[in-house]
Amino acid sequence: MPIRLLLTLPILIPLATAAAMLMAWRVRRLQRAINVAGSTGLLAAAVALFLRVHSDGILAVQMGDWPAPFGITFVADLFSAVMVVLTGLMGLAVSVYSTGSIDVRREAFGYYPLLHILLMGVCGAFLTGDVFNLFVWFEAMLIASFVLMTLGGERAQLEGAVKYVTMNLFSSAIFLAATGLLYGIVGTLNMADAAQQLDAADNPGLITTIALLFLVSFGIKAAVFPLFFWLPASYHTPPVAVTALFSGLLTKVGVYAGVRFLTLIFVQESEFTLKLTLVVAGFTMVTGVLGAAVQTEFRRLLSFHIVSQIGYALMGLGLFTPLALAGSVYFLFHVSVAKSALFLVSGVVYKLRGTYDLKKLGGLMQPAPGLSALFLISAFSLAGIPPLAGFWAKFALVRAGLESAQYGIVAAALGVSILTLFSMTKIWAEVFWKPGDESAQEDVSSFAVPGVEARPHSIRRRMLAPIVLLTAITIILGVAADPFFAIAQRAADQLLDRGQYIRAVLGGGM
Amino acid sequence: MRSLILSTAVRFLLPLILLFSVFLVLRGHNEPGGGFIGGLVASTAFALYALAYDVTQARKTLRASPHSLVAAGLLTALLSGLLPLAAGRPFLTGLWIKREIPVLGKAGTPLLFDAGVYLVVLGVMLMIIFSLAEEPKGERKAKR
Repeated sequence: MPIRLLLTLPILIPLATAAAMLMAWRVRRLQRAINVAGSTGLLAAAVALFLRVHSDGILAVQMGDWPAPFGITFVADLFSAVMVVLTGLMGLAVSVYSTGSIDVRREAFGYYPLLHILLMGVCGAFLTGDVFNLFVWFEAMLIASFVLMTLGGERAQLEGAVKYVTMNLFSSAIFLAATGLLYGIVGTLNMADAAQQLDAADNPGLITTIALLFLVSFGIKAAVFPLFFWLPASYHTPPVAVTALFSGLLTKVGVYAGVRFLTLIFVQESEFTLKLTLVVAGFTMVTGVLGAAVQTEFRRLLSFHIVSQIGYALMGLGLFTPLALAGSVYFLFHVSVAKSALFLVSGVVYKLRGTYDLKKLGGLMQPAPGLSALFLISAFSLAGIPPLAGFWAKFALVRAGLESAQYGIVAAALGVSILTLFSMTKIWAEVFWKPGDESAQEDVSSFAVPGVEARPHSIRRRMLAPIVLLTAITIILGVAADPFFAIAQRAADQLLDRGQYIRAVLGGGM
Repeated sequence: MRSLILSTAVRFLLPLILLFSVFLVLRGHNEPGGGFIGGLVASTAFALYALAYDVTQARKTLRASPHSLVAAGLLTALLSGLLPLAAGRPFLTGLWIKREIPVLGKAGTPLLFDAGVYLVVLGVMLMIIFSLAEEPKGERKAKR
């Protein structure tokens, strides 16, 4: 397949899917079918892109045939290709899950088209090689997420959405201001070109300021300390499928952008920024996990863990060694998969028991042993128990930390792991292990969605299949970690050798 | 309350405004104008119609539902990007027809893209205007 097609398909497929679903606005059954077909197609395109990048190195396409620093470039290195595969995977899992769990009213108001517009925005953000274009993709993604968050109009949703929208708009404003300042210095917004121009610029104070402005903006989106408070306040309000998608992708886009900017553009005078990143990473881990410790609502507890896990991804960036960055890449993939699986489990638990309150839940071990095993695998992976995926990611990060003699962050990472384990076992004990309402057997009829004609059995399958898929990936990434970690290491090497990226974009066009 | 003057005038204004909106799209190539402003102007024609008569009438005059207008617009814009892709150039490259076409002038994929924008803007505006002007769903059904 030609490169120009490979690099645009992750954008084209979700857009075409959304447009097709608008055509079938009133035929919801058709919408659901197109939805699953579209996300399967996206995953296939993402894998094809990844394989090509894996064999041929960094790919670049100039949109509209406008040569590099003037037009918009789409670039895929291994890191962005891996993230696009992750997007496809999350898209598929969540869109299948949604067909079983989203109520008729949300479907009627365009839930599925929005889902795919969101996926398009995320893919665009991962693939673009232009700062302003990144801003545009952020906006596309955020606007879709605003609507997904408020769709349904429940009171709690609106309350959460106010915080979510305000913080994200604020972050976009900072992003835009920083973009303007960057343009003022280097006169270009092409990332590769800006990177080259900044080498020659001699205004270290201003450059560091711009770098920090960008980092604050991405930090709000990624929910790092001390800018994270909007996340636990809003993520538990929309339907579980939406939360799972947000937790799997949105905060990761923030981290991705941070990594991209610090490895490609702002490599000069980066000592201060990296040190700051490391400190922020430590605080993010600790505050997130402490916030989670006191929660008794299933989804709120998991939301605080999103914050805590973001700290690990940043830790790799702050250490800035090949091993640490590889650990970050591996960690980002693993945590998206594991965390989304946990959220999806919480949705199934809600279907069975009608509550997210840990105190009221209990006794699900007997009637739903499979579900409790699925939960346990992802939860242990999140805590970093070998041989699951989370262990290898944390192992790489901790080892990189020891090699760089950053003992503070290593201690924080290890301590937070134990607290994570504590949180996860707390959920497991409260939801599954604790004696509860034993008489209530796992009743398939509780899966029925009012107004949806599908049989409860088929709905149950549609909700469980994505969880099984994600859990299987967690196991594979853990047991057969070697080839996958090698990919992460190559991605990290590419990130650190920015000459490759710049040559791919500026040298010789496409 | 229906005004006789407005409802009579609208029947003459509707085609005029629509024509003007198409003029704006075509002019948008090299001068101020384009798909966005054209779509806005076209939507005012139907908004005026909805004011003079009612939303149901306006929907009938529009024929297509606003949703399918948006979808058709998105697909048209997408097509304008895909054509160069099929011709072996990167996504969204401008392809032009060599000969000048009467009325259209220099035609090419950018014009197709503008047509897509026109439809999307028209569809979105009407979706907003109609749902704001419409009575709640239950009452409308009862009336029928």
